[in-house]
Amino acid sequence: MASAEITQLRRQAAYIKKSLFEQGYLDGQFLQLEELQDDTNPNFVEEVVTLFFKDSAKFIANIEAAVEKTPLDFKKLDAYMHKFKGSSSSIGALRVKNECTLFREYCQQGNGEGCLKTFQQIKKEHATLRKKLETYFQLLRQAGPYETATSSH
Amino acid sequence: MDNGGGAAVSTGSSAGSRRVGDGVSDQFPAGLRVLVVDDDPTCLRILEKMLRTCLYEVTTCSRAVDALFMLRERKGGFDLVLSDVYMPDMDGFKLLEYIGLEMDLPVIMMSADDGKDVVMKGVTHGACDYLIKPVRMEAIKNIWQHVVRKRRNEMKELEHSGSVEDSDRHRKPSDDADYASSANEGNWRHPKRRKDVKDEDDEGEEREDSSTLKKPRVVWSVELHQQFVAAVKQLGIDKAVPKKILELMSVPGLTRENVASHLQKYRLYLRRLSGVSQHQGGISPPFLGASEAAFGSNNSLDGLDLQALAASGQLSPHNLVALQAGLGRTAVNASMGMPLVDQMSFFNSEMQTANSSKIRYGPGQQLSNKQANVLHGLPTTMEQKPMAHLHLPIQSFGNIGLQANEKSSGFLGLPTSQVRAGSSSHPETIHGHPGSSLLMQTQQRPQVPISQNHSQMHVGMSQQPRLNGQLVNEIAGGHASGLPSSVGQQILSNETVGRVLVRNGSVLNGRGSSSYAAVSQASCIDFPISNGMELPGNGFPLLSTAGLSSFTSTGVFQESVPATGNLEGLDTTTNLKRSRSLVPSYDLFNEFHQSKSQDWELQNMGHAYEGTQHMGSLQGNPDFSPSVLGRQGFVSTQKNEQNNNMGIGCKEMVSLRGDDDRRNLGTMAQSHNNILVDNSFKIKAENVIVTEHFAQDDIMDALFKQQGGVGAIDTEFNFNGYSMDNIPD
Repeated sequence: MASAEITQLRRQAAYIKKSLFEQGYLDGQFLQLEELQDDTNPNFVEEVVTLFFKDSAKFIANIEAAVEKTPLDFKKLDAYMHKFKGSSSSIGALRVKNECTLFREYCQQGNGEGCLKTFQQIKKEHATLRKKLETYFQLLRQAGPYETATSSH
Repeated sequence: MDNGGGAAVSTGSSAGSRRVGDGVSDQFPAGLRVLVVDDDPTCLRILEKMLRTCLYEVTTCSRAVDALFMLRERKGGFDLVLSDVYMPDMDGFKLLEYIGLEMDLPVIMMSADDGKDVVMKGVTHGACDYLIKPVRMEAIKNIWQHVVRKRRNEMKELEHSGSVEDSDRHRKPSDDADYASSANEGNWRHPKRRKDVKDEDDEGEEREDSSTLKKPRVVWSVELHQQFVAAVKQLGIDKAVPKKILELMSVPGLTRENVASHLQKYRLYLRRLSGVSQHQGGISPPFLGASEAAFGSNNSLDGLDLQALAASGQLSPHNLVALQAGLGRTAVNASMGMPLVDQMSFFNSEMQTANSSKIRYGPGQQLSNKQANVLHGLPTTMEQKPMAHLHLPIQSFGNIGLQANEKSSGFLGLPTSQVRAGSSSHPETIHGHPGSSLLMQTQQRPQVPISQNHSQMHVGMSQQPRLNGQLVNEIAGGHASGLPSSVGQQILSNETVGRVLVRNGSVLNGRGSSSYAAVSQASCIDFPISNGMELPGNGFPLLSTAGLSSFTSTGVFQESVPATGNLEGLDTTTNLKRSRSLVPSYDLFNEFHQSKSQDWELQNMGHAYEGTQHMGSLQGNPDFSPSVLGRQGFVSTQKNEQNNNMGIGCKEMVSLRGDDDRRNLGTMAQSHNNILVDNSFKIKAENVIVTEHFAQDDIMDALFKQQGGVGAIDTEFNFNGYSMDNIPD
């Protein structure tokens, strides 16, 4: 691939990343992951993110099933969400994490309506983030293996 | 669990060739061997990477049970544990307790939850740190400090005690004041610093350099523990200061520091028991007594005992519950006969490593189900403290049985029947004595001649052993032959109710044949545990009973009879086919979330055990709350045949029981000692029995765990004033 193309790809990836940060989709934790990436694990970030999305799909499915039950089992939902929150925060998925916090608050209040609404929001944020990161990693892969993190820090 | 990228590991491992105690590694903290437990794969992966980047040697697990298994398998193979709080198979705090009891490793908790309550829980359960997720690299980089700190403290303890009798004396007044004023266990640490500054400084220098200095640990054998408990009783828990205890015990080579830390644990244990017992509604008290005996380091029988008891089916649900509660720790799954076994097996496995005759329970193997079932009844909180040497798994278990007897008549019944049940299949099981009879005996007088059965597990728990032996015997269906009374002895000093059992489990394993007899007894234990006795992962004593029969001498009572009642672990050679289901112990653990953390860390396992292969030193978790006691019954009934060692193993009979237990333990201890003497091989059965007992414990634990709220079973010792600031770090 021509170096110009590579540069272009990288630049695009960088742009996506930047906007993700600016819009609050990602936070500093993501940078931590990037820092961990090195020669021994050149695709570490992608690996972790993939792992996260694989797991999160399950979480969402579980929560989906749980919110359909009536009456809502707030305790269970809260437990699910707690785990999901921990997971999202570990990759720096800020928006998702914040929605999870909100969801848990509603759970603690016993506010079913609030929970449902928030859950929709969580799904949305989650889907958006996933898509963007997929694109991001794809660009990087195309650009070349040796520089996965576009000068993250 | 996986080790993550193999390649990546190597970088760390090369630097980490040093093992604990090997000496200073100039590359420290590189090479620090860390075990990470987290059910979230994303977090786990990230942590693994972070740790590797710090050049630590990382091992990952996504389940707590796996972690425990590994820890037990590789005793001394890890320096530090990082664990998540919320895990599906076991509460992180419970895991924390187990680790504290059995291995005494520094544990760092992690969670996205940063609520004050949760963090406080970490503190009270003995975590040395609490990290909020998402964990950052900076936090990971410094975790090595906890390893160093712990080692330093231990070294100081040892050195201090060993070298400064004078300073001790000088400090005595202040120490006494410290101790007398409140159960401020931690004081002993501080005074050390203050007073023996000079000595410590010198020593400190040495220690500081080598974070990997080996810390000689006192192995609190059942006998030793019983002596300790007797001394404490004599002095009165409130007035029991290390110095005086030491004097009363007059054990050569034992330092004030050893006693102090043991006392600390014991108090924690008792507190826990009292907390647990409340739930149970009174069952706990009996166990306290046992716990005393079991307090020995190897009180790990806790869980085992309960399990064993449970397994033996002797424990009535009520008792089981109590035990569990008391044990708190051992998650005795009532339904799981196995759990106990697993616990035992876990323990055993641990012990095994220590002993030649390890009964390896196939992973996940559980003592034969039937046996496991036997244990079912007993919530053996086999929480065994790291009884590395518990050769005699029997320890606490025995006590448990004993203790249980008194209080919970049901218990008595249980063990015996259980024993039989388990033993039925194995004639060798300790059947020598009708389980019940044994149990009864044990209860009533700890003195029960456990020796009858076999010189089994004498497990240091002088007091307890009896019980265990008894139980074991009983469990064995009365095969007295096998069950050395030592089994009774093993009665895991339920002190660590939950813990001990667990430990015992390991011990048992180690012991190979070590008579799980103790375990069986444990089953009998009327575990006051109500708290959900958790059978310390000991493979469980309960199982032992069940499997005792198969415990052929190989003494490998190791793995304290998998909770499932199969002494499988115990006797490798024998037919312990019962695979100690190590797994079960997990169940127990789960159950005992509630078990209050009795962190009874018996770190100081009596030396006695060191030698004996079996008894890995009952992890006397002295702090077993009454409930724990049940478990502790570290039944170290080591098969006499092989063991004379066994006797030693059981020292730790942790009597989880409450006051009564203690008493029982006391007597048991005595009898235990007697038993030790006679190592006739009778134990084959014992071992088997022990497992059964343990299994029961587990079961009981499981049953009770729910109940757990660790009521304050403060039987004899009023630890109300106990300040928890000494939670071992």
